[in-house]
Amino acid sequence: MGRYIIRRLLQSIIVVIGVSLLVFVILYQTGDPVVLMASPDATREEVEELRRALGFDRPWYVQYLDFLKDAARGDFGTSLRQGQPVFSLIMDRVPATLKLAFAAFAISVSVSIPVGVISATKRNSVWDNLTMGFALLGQSLPVFFLGVMLIWIFAGQLKWLPSFGQGDGSVFNQLKHLILPAITLATFSLARNARLVRSSLLEVMGQDYIKTARAKGLVERTVVYRHGLKNALIPVVTIFGLEFGQLLSGAIITETVFAWPGVGRLIILAIQQRDFPLVVGSVMVIAMLFVLLNLLVDLLYGVIDPRVRYS
Amino acid sequence: MERKEPVAPTPAFAGDQPGASAAALAEGGARPLTELGRRGSRRKMPRILYSLLQNKLAVFGVFILIVVTFAAIFAPVLTDHNPEAGIIVDSKKPPAWSEGGSREYLLGTDSLGRDIFTRILYGARISLVVGVVAVLIAGAIGIVLGLIAGYYGGKVDDIIMRIVDIQLAVPFILLAIAILAVLGQGLDKIIITLGISGWVTYGRVVRGQVLSWREKEFVEAARAIGARNISIMFKHILPNTYASIIIIASFAVASTILAEASLSFLGLGVPPDVPTWGGMVSAGRDYIITGDWWIYTFPGLAIMLTVLGINVVGDWLRDYLDPRLRL
Repeated sequence: MGRYIIRRLLQSIIVVIGVSLLVFVILYQTGDPVVLMASPDATREEVEELRRALGFDRPWYVQYLDFLKDAARGDFGTSLRQGQPVFSLIMDRVPATLKLAFAAFAISVSVSIPVGVISATKRNSVWDNLTMGFALLGQSLPVFFLGVMLIWIFAGQLKWLPSFGQGDGSVFNQLKHLILPAITLATFSLARNARLVRSSLLEVMGQDYIKTARAKGLVERTVVYRHGLKNALIPVVTIFGLEFGQLLSGAIITETVFAWPGVGRLIILAIQQRDFPLVVGSVMVIAMLFVLLNLLVDLLYGVIDPRVRYS
Repeated sequence: MERKEPVAPTPAFAGDQPGASAAALAEGGARPLTELGRRGSRRKMPRILYSLLQNKLAVFGVFILIVVTFAAIFAPVLTDHNPEAGIIVDSKKPPAWSEGGSREYLLGTDSLGRDIFTRILYGARISLVVGVVAVLIAGAIGIVLGLIAGYYGGKVDDIIMRIVDIQLAVPFILLAIAILAVLGQGLDKIIITLGISGWVTYGRVVRGQVLSWREKEFVEAARAIGARNISIMFKHILPNTYASIIIIASFAVASTILAEASLSFLGLGVPPDVPTWGGMVSAGRDYIITGDWWIYTFPGLAIMLTVLGINVVGDWLRDYLDPRLRL
C-alpha cells in the first residue's frame, strides 16, 4: 500500500512536469510577449532590452529548465502584467473555483444517486421515462447556454438571484450568488451520473448474487441498497473522480458566464494578455489538483471494493 | 415504448468479449449461432433498420440529424438573407409571431440587423463540418496510437500512455485554448485543435481491446503464415474494434460540437462575423437584461437539439453494437 502510494506520487510528478512542458512549448510557439508589453513607440533597441531583462532572449529550453528549478522550490515566477508572484495570484483564486466545483459536485452527487436508484427500481415507469428524458436533455445542453438561460429567467425576469460575481458579506448573500453558477456547472455531470447510476444498478440487479439474496428471503430494500447499490457504485465512483476534474474545466466556461472570480477566468485572461508565467502556473496547479484527486479516487476504490489489490 | 436496456445483452452479442459483436460485424455480418434461430430470415441491413425503428428516440434523433444536415447543405436556397451582413435599421426585431416582428425575419434579428434564422442555417455548416472532420482526425490519431501501444506494449506503450495521462490532466477546453493561441483564428485551425485534443478516448479504448485480441489464435495464425505486424494490426485486429470506435465516434461528434460552440462562445475559433451557434449565444449575452431573448435562445436551442439528436442515436448504436461498452 505504502509503496503503491509512493509509486503513484512519482508518476503524478512526471505527469505534472509533462503538463508544464506541454504548455510551455505550446505557449512559446506563439512568440514572446515582449512586443505586446513594450509601449507602442518603443524603439527596436528598447524592446530588445526589455526582452533581455525578462530573460525571453534565451532559448526556450533554458527558460524551461530555469522555470522547473524555481518551481521545485515553490516559486512559479512573477506575473508579467500584475507584477505579483504567480503562486499567490493563483492561490487567491483557488478558493472561489473550489467553492464552485464542490457545490456543483455536491448537487450532482446528491441528486443523481437517488434519481438513478429510483429510476432503476421503477424501470419504465413515468418517473423513469421523465427523469431519463431530462437527463438526456441535460447532457445535450451547452454549459454556457444553460447559464445564459438561467440568468435570463432568474436574474432578468424574476429578479430572484444575482447574475454575476461571488458576492460578499453575509453567508446568505454568498449562497444566493452561488446558486445559479453551481446549478449551471452541475447539470451536465448530474445528468450523466443519473443515467450511469441507473444502468449500473440495473446491471447489478441482474446478477446471480442478487437472486441469491432474494431467494434467502431478504426484504427488497435490503437487496437493493445493501447488495445492489454497493456494487453498482463501484464504476460510478471512478466516474465521480474524473468528473471532479471535468468540473474544474467546465468551471472555465461557467466562470466566464457568471463573472466568477476563479482560476478559470484568471487563465482565460492570462492567455489573452499573454501573461506566460501566469498561464503555465495556473495550468500546473489545475493539473496537480486533478492528478491528486485521481489518486484519492483510486485509494477510495479499495475501501469500496475490497477485491482491489494495490500492487 | 420498448426501450432496450444497456444491461440486457441482445442475443447477437451474447459473447463474453466486448468485441464479440464487432467480430460478427467484421466477418461480413455472420451472426453467432444463438441468434440464427430467432431471426434467421432477416439480412444484415434490415436488422439494423429494424432495431432502429424499434427505438422511437433514435428515430427522432435521426430525424433531427437529417433536418440539420439538410439545413446546412441547402442554406443558400432556404434563405435570401446575407448571414454576415445585416440591415442596421432592422436590428433587434423580435420573431415573426410576436408583436413588432416581421414576416421577413422568422426568428427575429440580432443587434446588427442580421437574420437569426439565416445565421442558424449557416451556423449548422460550421458545427457539422467541425464535428465530423475533427472526429475523423481524432479517430485516426487515436486508432493508430492505440494500436501501436496495445500491439507492441513495453516502452512504446508506456510512452503513449504517459502522453494520454498528461493530456487527461489538462482540461480539454484549456488545451484547445492553448493550441488555438498558437494556431490563430480560422475554421481549419479549430478543426485541427479539436482533432488533436480529442484522440485520447480512442487511444485508450483501442489499446485496451488490442491487448485482449492480440493473444487470440487468429493473430497467432496470421503470424505463423508470415503476416507482417502492420498487416496483423490493421487487417486482423483493427476490424474487431470497429464497434467500439463507431460508438465512441458518435458521442465524440456531439461533444466536439459542444466544444466548438464553447470555444466560439469564448470568442476563440472563427472570426466574429462568421455565423456560429456558440458565437451567436455569446453575442446575445449583452441583451439578457434588455429582454431580447430571441437573440441567444434560438441558436442555443439549435445546439441543444443537434447534440440531443446525436446523443440518442449514439445511445441506440451502443445498445445495438455493444451494450457493455463504457465510455
